[in-house]
Amino acid sequence: MKLEGRIWKFGSDIDTDAIIPARYLNQSDPGELAKHAMEDERPEFIKGVKKGDILLADKNFGCGSSREHAPLALKAAGISCIIAKSFARIFFRNSFNLGLPLLESSEASDSINDGDRVRVDLNRGEIIDQTQNKKFSATPIPPFMQELLQDGGLIPHLRKKRLNRGRR
Amino acid sequence: MKNSPMTITEKILAAHVGEKTVSPGELIEVRIDLALANDITAPLAIQAFSEIGVQKVFNKNRVVLVPDHFTPAKDIPSAEQCKILREFAKAQRLSHFFEIGQCGIEHVLLPEKGLVLPGELVIGADSHTCTYGGMGAFSTGVGSTDLGAAMATGKLWLKVPESLKFIFYGKINPWVSGKDFILHTIGDIGVDGARYQAMEFCGETIRKLPMSGRFTMANMAIEAGGKNGIMEPDEITLEFIKTRAIRPYKIYRSDRDAHYAEVKEYDVSKIHPLVALPHIPSNVRDVREVGKVEIDQVVIGSCTNGHLDDLRVAGRILKGKKVASSLRLIILPATQEIYRQALKEGLIEIFILAGAAVSTPTCGPCLGGHMGVLAEGERALATTNRNFRGRMGHAGSEVYLSGPAVAAASAIKGRICHPEEVMKKGGKGSRIPGVK
Ligand code: SF4
Repeated sequence: MKLEGRIWKFGSDIDTDAIIPARYLNQSDPGELAKHAMEDERPEFIKGVKKGDILLADKNFGCGSSREHAPLALKAAGISCIIAKSFARIFFRNSFNLGLPLLESSEASDSINDGDRVRVDLNRGEIIDQTQNKKFSATPIPPFMQELLQDGGLIPHLRKKRLNRGRR
Repeated sequence: MKNSPMTITEKILAAHVGEKTVSPGELIEVRIDLALANDITAPLAIQAFSEIGVQKVFNKNRVVLVPDHFTPAKDIPSAEQCKILREFAKAQRLSHFFEIGQCGIEHVLLPEKGLVLPGELVIGADSHTCTYGGMGAFSTGVGSTDLGAAMATGKLWLKVPESLKFIFYGKINPWVSGKDFILHTIGDIGVDGARYQAMEFCGETIRKLPMSGRFTMANMAIEAGGKNGIMEPDEITLEFIKTRAIRPYKIYRSDRDAHYAEVKEYDVSKIHPLVALPHIPSNVRDVREVGKVEIDQVVIGSCTNGHLDDLRVAGRILKGKKVASSLRLIILPATQEIYRQALKEGLIEIFILAGAAVSTPTCGPCLGGHMGVLAEGERALATTNRNFRGRMGHAGSEVYLSGPAVAAASAIKGRICHPEEVMKKGGKGSRIPGVK
């Protein structure tokens, strides 16, 4: 899988309340949630983000609550992939379960600038900053997670498993 | 051959995959004893569940739905969310759906009802599901999709975490509670200091803590990034579950030679009442060192500190006193049972006479939901667990975190203060209720 887009850069310990404030959680429509993604943290994000864009952060991205509305809002806003030094545990699970890929790379997190054009090769764990003409490698995605991504998330994955079992 | 030594966390996980041993880093599929969701996370979980294509939940006695966040429904969208839970509970004939009036904040309610027991493996679509580690269960928060899948299969994949050991010893200072111990820990290791890891709390101090204090500590393991917080069950645990347990259970303890990624020791005689300053729970300071911080609102409640013991502490301090005229005090007993008990003990009357607003159990202001949302520029001191920017309302508001004693005293003073500023130093009752 190859992805390409503009970089939106954030700092460390970006929490789930920053990604999607709780006041919008009285419903769970992805399109509605997307309208408020990063609203308190960086209001211009939602106005400028385009389909395919990539989010870049420092350490511990997505800490805080278990709300799946957080990766859901980012995905619905068009974000195709998130690169960070590290991710909070529940956010990590939730993203892969929703089919949103995450990559860990300290080098990329330090070197890539806001607004850079970046290309990501998920299978090879390669991050190419086209603006700076630099290449970085990410921690390989575990095989089980890759399977989830290929199937489009945990639910399609389980559905497929059930169908396969039915056929046998 | 002797089995390799294991921690309590590893033993519970091993028991739930049906293996003799598991080791950190291993990816396993575990059987779950209980799956929990609330009015925010259940609608997405129910949607995920229905997309899988199974008709029935894995066990109607082991799926628990608690509408506690925006309830009693604060607006029409919240009411619609609750309706989804209600209808699903009915269609699936769930034994444990808690309607308003019997409800409470999930993480206080479930132990109270005996729905979670030592040695069990519990997952919840709520990050503070880690609370049940206070009674020696393995419990952890997941997202809605995981929960939906677990409702269908009764299983969950996870990675066996490494364990960190925190040993607490020494004499407990006046007005210090479990909240101060966990804030101290988070202040020490940081908000990702235990990322992906199990936090095991032990030592003589933990053995003296009442269940409320243990739940408070395990509750905030997630604020250090932990997968779970856990304590070995003891007589205090057994006493708590004696009249509540609805199923048989099993006690696990760590082997003496179990492996820990790191061991930390804290002398609690050096820990005094603490406060976490905005906007991150690790920004911890001794309350005497925060300077003059005037506040607009104090909230006493939440899954962290809405226990009866917490209300008792607040009651001791507020008895016969008045809340500062510049400030609002909101008190939320965590469950109906706690509310009833507080009423019986005269605490609710003390609160009302002091000028506090007492609410029906709800998460409410803890997540900026309702019942006390902050305006721009306002500052709150809360006994909750998160002080992220905008957590309790406007992005330009501030949240400070503390235990119930500091919160109650500060409500009287109108600024953040040590309880000794309003109570006689070393006076009777400065020990937290239940502490042995
Ligand atoms: S009281 Fe606060 S932290 Fe606890 S479950 Fe409710 S919203 Fe979450």
